[in-house]
Amino acid sequence: MERQELFNYIIKWADHSLILGQRLGEWCGHGPALEEDIALTNISLDLIGQARSLLTYAGEVEGKGRDEDQLAFFRDVRDFKNPLLAELPNGHFGDTVVRQFFSDHFLFLAYEAMMEQSSDEQLKAIAAKSIKEVAYHRKHSSDWIVRLGDGTEESQAKIQQSVDDIWEFTGELFTMDDNDRLALEAGVGIDVSLLRDAWLKNVQTVFEAATINMPDAEAWMQQGGKQGLHTEYLGYILAEMQHIPRAYPNAQW
Amino acid sequence: MVIENKENTIKEVWKLLEKVEDPEVPVLDVVNMGVARDVFFEEEKLIVVITPTYSGCPAMDVIGHNVKVALKEAGFEDYEVRTTLSPPWTTDWLTPIARQRLKEYGIAPPEDGTPDKGRLLSEDKVIPCPNCNSKNTTMVSIFGSTSCKAHYKCKDCLEPFDYFKCI
Ligand SMILES: [Zn+2]
Repeated sequence: MERQELFNYIIKWADHSLILGQRLGEWCGHGPALEEDIALTNISLDLIGQARSLLTYAGEVEGKGRDEDQLAFFRDVRDFKNPLLAELPNGHFGDTVVRQFFSDHFLFLAYEAMMEQSSDEQLKAIAAKSIKEVAYHRKHSSDWIVRLGDGTEESQAKIQQSVDDIWEFTGELFTMDDNDRLALEAGVGIDVSLLRDAWLKNVQTVFEAATINMPDAEAWMQQGGKQGLHTEYLGYILAEMQHIPRAYPNAQW
Repeated sequence: MVIENKENTIKEVWKLLEKVEDPEVPVLDVVNMGVARDVFFEEEKLIVVITPTYSGCPAMDVIGHNVKVALKEAGFEDYEVRTTLSPPWTTDWLTPIARQRLKEYGIAPPEDGTPDKGRLLSEDKVIPCPNCNSKNTTMVSIFGSTSCKAHYKCKDCLEPFDYFKCI
């Protein structure tokens, strides 16, 4: 597989974790309870740690001397390849829980496939490391789905609305673009389209326990993030995330 | 520093590493918590390999720095600290000494075995209180004061406590 294609492939995974981690970080100091504030920022820290490993590796593969910081802070909107789901606003706590729940269930299956199937030693190592952390994230978001869904009339109505609103951003997770297919043929990447059935089944299991109605799996789905075509939200995320290093390039702690 | 016997030097370095603490849980050292993975020579250069507990663990940079300081203070000149991700760190690597020290420090050590990653929804494990040994405890949050801990409380002595969770 050509360097540039492999770089593009790794960047997609890195950006998913980085942007979602940055989003969760916005909850710091604003969580609905102290314990949950700490939980959301713990998950954010794990995701940003995973992104650091992936970005560092992407920089090595590219071979142009870019490190994790240069890749995180000095790329612009079109260069980011995260799925749209990762950049959605936090909304209310239920919206954040649903976004996280969909992502956790996807990343768990994706890392499981990657550690078993990828021929790339470093991607395998990052997947094997990350899945242990994602297992806790998935447990946490699944517990909240049940607690809110099988909760009060108000929490049930709100979480069902969040599920219905965010559902259209889940399809993109399972799409295979040209770069994904190249990575799959090279034995490096995984076929994310094959993960969808297991994902739907796991999501449904939790929704049943939560008395949440499963949306239509065949519904029309948004996409574009993996090709660098983003919602208007990403620019604002980058503005906040990148402001300091762009204002003071080469600043050191 | 002239190194005469590499095998003995490696043994000395392992002893040295037992004095490098985890900045977040200072009763743990990098050897007994399983963060120091390997010590060897590449020609004349001493290599120390470390692995992070969690991907985002902010203590890793400090640990890497402290290992370098320990080596420098011991007189080493040609050395390198490398980080590896594979095999991924697991709480199974905490030695019995580390577990005992955690308990004395007031942190419940991990209950044996890594969690079943296949589970979606399930009951939580019973974690004995490190203060009074009661098993009448409850989990407050699966995430705690650092990446490696969950937050519990004891229903008998009423103390909150940290649990060093399994990964
Ligand atoms: Zn107690």
